[in-house]
Parts: sequence; structure tokens; C-alpha cells
Amino acid sequence: MMMQKLRRSGAFIRFGCKSLITSRPDKNSVSRSVSGFVNHYKSKGKLFELSDGNYYNTELHHPCISRHLGMLLQQYKCFGSSAVSLIQRNPLFSSLDSKDVSYFKEILGEKNVIEDKERLETANTDWMHKYKGSSKLMLLPKNTQEVSQILQYCDSRRLAVVPQGGNTGLVGGSVPVFDEVIINVGLMNKVLAFDEVSGVLVCEAGCILENLATFLDTKGFIMPLDLGAKGSCHIGGNVSTNAGGLRLIRYGSLHGTVLGLEAVTANGNVLDMLGTLRKDNTGYDLKHLFIGSEGSLGIVTKVSILTQPKLSSVNLAFIACKDYLSCQKLLVEAKRNLGEILSAFEFLDNNSMDLVLNHLDGVRNPVSSSENFYILIETTGSDETNDREKLEAFLLKSLEKGLVSDGVIAQDINQASSFWRIREGITEALQRAGAVYKYDLSLPVEEIYNIVNDLRGRLGDLANVMGYGHLGDGNLHLNISATEYNDKLLGLIEPYVYEWTSKHRGSISAEHGLGVMKANEIFYSKSPETVALMASIKKLLDPKGILNPYKVLPHSLFSY
Amino acid sequence: EIKSASVSFLYCYRTMKILVAVKRVVDYAVKIRVKPDKTGVETQNVKMSMNPFCEIALEEALRIKEAGFAKEVIAVSIGPSQCVDTLRTGLAMGADRGIHVETNSSFLPLTIAKILKSLADVENPGLIFLGKQAIDDDCNQTGQMVAALLGWPQATFASKVVLDKDKNVATVDREVDGGLETLNVDLPAVITTDLRLNQPRYASLPNIMKAKSKPIKKMTVQDLKVDIKSDIEILEVTEPPKRKSGVMVSSVDELIDKLKNEAHVV
Repeated sequence: MMMQKLRRSGAFIRFGCKSLITSRPDKNSVSRSVSGFVNHYKSKGKLFELSDGNYYNTELHHPCISRHLGMLLQQYKCFGSSAVSLIQRNPLFSSLDSKDVSYFKEILGEKNVIEDKERLETANTDWMHKYKGSSKLMLLPKNTQEVSQILQYCDSRRLAVVPQGGNTGLVGGSVPVFDEVIINVGLMNKVLAFDEVSGVLVCEAGCILENLATFLDTKGFIMPLDLGAKGSCHIGGNVSTNAGGLRLIRYGSLHGTVLGLEAVTANGNVLDMLGTLRKDNTGYDLKHLFIGSEGSLGIVTKVSILTQPKLSSVNLAFIACKDYLSCQKLLVEAKRNLGEILSAFEFLDNNSMDLVLNHLDGVRNPVSSSENFYILIETTGSDETNDREKLEAFLLKSLEKGLVSDGVIAQDINQASSFWRIREGITEALQRAGAVYKYDLSLPVEEIYNIVNDLRGRLGDLANVMGYGHLGDGNLHLNISATEYNDKLLGLIEPYVYEWTSKHRGSISAEHGLGVMKANEIFYSKSPETVALMASIKKLLDPKGILNPYKVLPHSLFSY
Repeated sequence: EIKSASVSFLYCYRTMKILVAVKRVVDYAVKIRVKPDKTGVETQNVKMSMNPFCEIALEEALRIKEAGFAKEVIAVSIGPSQCVDTLRTGLAMGADRGIHVETNSSFLPLTIAKILKSLADVENPGLIFLGKQAIDDDCNQTGQMVAALLGWPQATFASKVVLDKDKNVATVDREVDGGLETLNVDLPAVITTDLRLNQPRYASLPNIMKAKSKPIKKMTVQDLKVDIKSDIEILEVTEPPKRKSGVMVSSVDELIDKLKNEAHVV
């Protein structure tokens, strides 16, 4: 029965998935991959068997879900060497044919229509090598007009598309699920204007964040956001995912710093909202819909962003704390005593530090002894001596009070970079260590480490649980590292993590977005009414659902 | 001038002092710009730090002291008032005291060497450590000049330093173009440090706290009776010419033509 369903659905993702495809479940058995999840709930006596041999769970307390359970159930997490849910390809989407390819070649030129297998291989796979699509075509438009033409055509032909930037997303939102056409804005990488008085930068969406930072550096300005992926990520992608990063505590989120943007909607309509004004209260501020919409409402083609003057005095301290309570108190004290010069407050635990020391070259623990928690405090100001004294005085007082057990202050930019390398290198180290289950949660600051401890107790020896992140923003990056992916482990982690977060009214995705990974988990953090309105807006702006399908919003809301 | 001083001093390690010269320079990671009037490099509103090679020199001195071969490490810096920040960094790393020779002039290596010689005459160190060169002028001269003025042996570009307690000798591996050269130098001596000698320690909070109570003695060039007149005058500082972008040629003939008539290399 299930076999027939799979055959009919056309191309679906198969990626080293040992259990599902090979084992044919009969009516009463359940495939190995779901057994962990299923057994967990079966033991709770809350499973209900459907006639076709699939199980569903009545534990999920949101009415919307139980209504669409049939749809929902066709998903089994397959964590062979990928983590793709077995989603059905929307049968209403057309398939690419040679006429389409010729048309694209006509409007973009032969060079910018990519069918080459190797390049597609890279474009189809996400940064974590967790998700892989099977797109046969990648398009490289050079300007907004071309993007509009592409989308107009795709909408009329009902061809699904995936907007793509630097492909550094961590929730599978930037790669195709099936054979969606990839629209990569990498060629749209020009800086259009920069006002040295107001600091407003206008640029195309394909500009790499680090390149923008370098450009601004020559003018004496800095970008209001900074993240580990800066060498590859595009500003369009940053805006579309409402990226947070290391400096949010000082400069705020993109909802505040983006002054305007230009986007193209599904039918090719170009929305020029590219204002450069700090204040503009004329009508509904629609750009906010696009910021964080992860490419599901439109493709961002230009961005206008407010940049900050580069201040000369930057100081960085690497601190060791005995327990999480000290970290919290230190945060409170830092906000009060360092106040206007505080520009970053990050934390990492001992497990994260060990991982980095083991897997990355040329890093050493700045603090002489091993401690339970490490904090990075950065200050940015205009007066070198003053800031230095302020930071030293604050840290020495914290040392005396016992909040801090040890610490070092970077003496030059080189030392500062090596401190940042430790914090920014954790993601890379996790990739090298093997399989990683990655969660990005917003929680009240006092609860942040409780989930790490709880999960550690729950998983025992099965995996290494790490907690690190933007403590200043209440954002935890919870990562579970194991030698290989395994369903038993997944079953212990999900939905435990989401339920734990939901119970504390936290967010199951603080800054990474929902992508394809958490498309069906939105109800843990948003009410059904809110999500229903989101679905209405999506249907309004993209009636055929061609923009980045299968992502962001639950599949149950869109009947095929 | 006979260095009878070096003969009469029996370098008992328990009383040996090490003098380390540290220079305040534009931070290594900063992209430097030439001032519009071409008199030098822009240093206003630019991050300044201790010269990386001086950091290595100080680190080596501290390790020697911690190994029990020296009693005291003295950090010395010559320059404007902000040099005190550099000295504080040195004290935070572990130096025992600092000497700041205050001047607003920018001195060239020979003048610095004369100042260091005067200080050495006063302090009588058993070792003088310097970085092999400063990253702002890349002169690589000061250490050698100090040794010559004092009549002391020198071991430059050190990548390894081993002290012999009994024989009063330092065995130094030097990084030279052909590989490594090992020298034995009698103490007192001047050693300049190269990159691979060690990895400098970070300034830890407890040490930063201790450093606040360590003394920094202020001196002037007049105190040391040094003749600061320079034989060299810097006329102009310019950026190197910008690299021209490459040109695609369509044939071998065109290539030969360009090599002959434009690049003048054939």
C-alpha cells in the first residue's frame, strides 16, 4: 500500500536511507525508521492505528494537526545520512521540459542556465549535507528584470522554484526538496549606493556579507550584523531568514536595520519597497513580511540597510565561569556596567570547548584551566583608553565577587580573532565530529541551560550534548553530536526538545528559520489562528505555491 | 671602550636581569593607509598594539625567569605617552617593572639603540631581548646595533634559546636563509627573536590586576644623555603602485609582441 503511494509520488528524496525504502512494511508493522518515535508514543498508549497501517499520534494538542493527520503522516524522519521527511511531491507542479530550458536560455543567455551535473550537485545539497534535492536546472539571473521574467514564466507554467543565495542555511530551506528550479542570485552582487552621511547602504541581494563588510571598512562603517557564515552568505538570504548573529545585542535585528527592499513575487510582479528613509509611516510596512519569510513570499532582489560607523576601540575578553548562574549574573552586570559599549555576549560550555580543541587546528584554550562555562564579552566604543579601563574594572570586580573564575583580555586583533575562532568554529567542529542534531531555541535566560542538562540526563551515553550561543539575546544553540545518525537517538530528542521549549513559551527557531526541517513544528511556538493567517497570506501572494514549496508552513495547511 | 663590565659581572642567575624592548606599532591586522601629505602612515584612530616580535621576546624572557635563570624582567618602551598602554600589556603578561622613555619624536633604529645602551649601562642586564624587527618599518637593525654599541655578542632570528647555568652561555638556534644555525654566546648578550621561538601568553585577569601595582619609571632622553641627532631624514612615504589587472591575449604572436614592446622582457 505504502509502496504504491511512493511510486505515484514521482521523484522523492532518497538519500542513504537504510530503513524506509528497503524494508516493505506490511499492514501491521511499522518501518524501522519510525519505530523509535512510534514505540515511544505507543508505550504512552496514545497511538491510533489508521486503516492503511500508518500510525498517528493523538498527543499533539493542536486541532489543526489532528484534522490533517492523513497528510502529516506520510512523513517519517529518515536520518540515514540525510534528514529528509518523506514528503509527497505536489502532483500539480509541472515537470521541466526542453521548451522551458530553451526559454530560460533565451532570456538569460546560455552561460547562466546551468545543467552541469557537478554544479547542480553542489546547489542541490545544503551546507550540512543533510538535505539533498534533485533539481535539474539552476538559473543565474543578472538583474531584477530577469528574476521577474523567470518567475512570471514559472508561475504560468506552474514550475516550482527555490530561491538560493549562499546556501549556508541550517534548516534545509535553501535547497530543493524535489526537482524545483534553483534561482541563485549570486550574480546580482553589486553595491548600488552608499551614503557616507547617513550610513545607508543599497545593494543587490547577491552580495556576500563579508564583501560588504570589507567595502564598508574602507569607508569607516560596519554592517549591523555579523555571523560565522559571513564568507559565503548573501545579504538577500540574511534578510529572507531575518538572520540574527553576534551583534544583535548591540544593533538589533534586521527588522530594525533594513530600511527597504525590492522583491519579486511569484507572478513576476516587482515590488519596489527600496526606501532609504529612517522613518516612513505611509501605509502598511510590507517589507517586514518578506524579512524572515525564507523565500516563500517573494525573492528579495535589492536591500537597503542602515550601517553603523566603525568605532575604533574594540575590546574582547574571554572569561571562565564555574556555573550557569554566574553566567547569568555576569550578563546582568555587563549590561549595567558596560552598558553602551557592550557589543557581544556569547557563551559556550565545556563540551563545546573540548570539541573545538579536538577538531580544529591552531586553536588553544585562552584560559589556562578548564572550566564549565566560557563567556566572550566584546565592547565597541570610541575611546580606547576609557573602554579598556571600563572593561578591566568590570572584570576585576567580577573576579573579586566570584562571578568569574579566570579570564583573559585580547591584546591585539590577532588574539581577538583567535578567541572568536573558538566560538565561531563550533559549528565547523560539529560537522567534523560526525552526525549532528542541531536546534536553535529562544528561551528565558534562566532556563537556557536547564534544557541542556535535562537532555544530557535523558540521552546518557548515547550522544554528546552541547550548549552554546547568544546568551545576551536568550538564544541557545543546542547541538547533539553522535558518531552517526540513528533513529533511536532522534526519537529521544524529538519532540522532547520542541515540547520542552513550548512549555516555557520559547521559540523552536530563534534565528535559523523553519526551512524544511521544522516546517511542521511551527505549532510549538505559534497559535493555530496565527498560522492560519500566515497560510492565507501565502496563498494570496503565491496562489500556485511555486515559491520554495514544502517549507516554512506546515504541509497540512496546503492540500494537493 | 673595554667591556670590563662583562668580565667583572659573574652572572649569578639569581640576580640576573633581562631587559626587553617593546615597541608600540599599528596593529598587525589593520589595513594601513598612507597619510595624504606622504609624511608617513596614518596612525590616528587606528588600533595600536605591541609589535608581535616584541611579544615573543617578552614571552621568552618570562619563560627564562620562570625557569629560575633570572630574577627580574624589565620592559622598556620609547615613544609618546600611549606607550604606557604597551608597557601595561607587558606587565600584565608578567614583566616585573617597566621603563618609559618619553618622547614625541619618531626615532630611527640607531637612536633607539643608543638609548637602550644607556639603559643597559644603568640596569646591567644579563640579557637583552628584542623582536627581530618592527612590523611598521621592518628595519631589523636595532638589536644588532645595541650589541655593537655595547660590545656584546648577538644572536639574531632566534628560534630556540637554551641557557647553561654553569657556563654562563646561551645556545641559540637561528633561522637563516639556508636553514638553522646554532651559536653559543657568552652572557651578557643581545638576542632578537623570530616567529617560531614561542607562542606568547595571553594577559590573564589576575595578572592584569597585579600589573596595576607594578611600577613604570618615566625617563627622558636628556636623563640618559643620548645624542638624538639623526643622520637620516625621511623624505616621502608612498604606497606601492597598484597591481594592474591582467590582459587576455588572443594569440601567441600578440603575447610575444607585448612581452617585447610593452613589458620589455624579451
